[in-house]
Amino acid sequence: MSITSLDTDPENLTLTLIADFNAPIDRVWELWSDPRKLEKWWGPPGYPATFEKHELVAGGEATYFMAGPEGAKHWGAWRVTAVDPPTSLEFTDAFADADGKPVTDMPTHEVTVRLMERDGGTRMEMRSKFESREAMEKLVDTGMVEGLREAVGQMDALVA
Amino acid sequence: MVVDELTDERVDELFHALADTTRRDILRRCVPGEPSVSRLARAYPMSFAAVQKHVAVLEHAGLVTKERRGREQLVRTDAAAVGRARQALDELERTWRGRVDRMSDLLAHGAEIKANNSQTKGTR
Repeated sequence: MSITSLDTDPENLTLTLIADFNAPIDRVWELWSDPRKLEKWWGPPGYPATFEKHELVAGGEATYFMAGPEGAKHWGAWRVTAVDPPTSLEFTDAFADADGKPVTDMPTHEVTVRLMERDGGTRMEMRSKFESREAMEKLVDTGMVEGLREAVGQMDALVA
Repeated sequence: MVVDELTDERVDELFHALADTTRRDILRRCVPGEPSVSRLARAYPMSFAAVQKHVAVLEHAGLVTKERRGREQLVRTDAAAVGRARQALDELERTWRGRVDRMSDLLAHGAEIKANNSQTKGTR
């Protein structure tokens, strides 16, 4: 298991995880900075992600879609707020419409990623924070969570 | 929290509380906001006392809490809200567990012989 610790904090709407990879920092950074590599892990199994735009600079934008097994596409967009290769990346992840434009009334996550060299490998600290409690509850209400659950179900099938 | 330690007795209370259309409707109205009992009472063709009674049943089942503010009694679904918050975070947690697994698979496969066999991925 690569995950060293994982904490969820319902009061602060935050998920914090620490993962340790047995690989040099540059290679872990590439998983974020190279869109072709990023596509291989961002979407759950059965929902491969395709990044159409991938600007890892402050103020830049990345847009992607995840294609479901029935062909339905789920769009998302990152607004990149800070980048410092190969150690730091901050962005807001939002749902988007088919043009890659963020959908304003859907919840967003602020994601902060930190990479550091540790014991010959690389430690990744990732923090994901919902913008508000209302937004988080909306995510549950819209059936998005059910959708995710199905996706996760397929994930389990794939790794079984 | 509603889901903690559900004894038979608690389940009976929950089902009893949820078995009534008006009470389910009250619960729905309390999810996004915190209506006062008097505001709720205006929404139904029944007396204030009757609505208050319904709220009391919901309160007894742990589905809502009441808080006095000034002359009003506000009805809240804190437990449910926290439960839903948990649910959203649990989903996010699963998403990231999956992602980290795939990241470490990618890193391992790149370093060793390129084994592109996805069937072997789940053995860790």
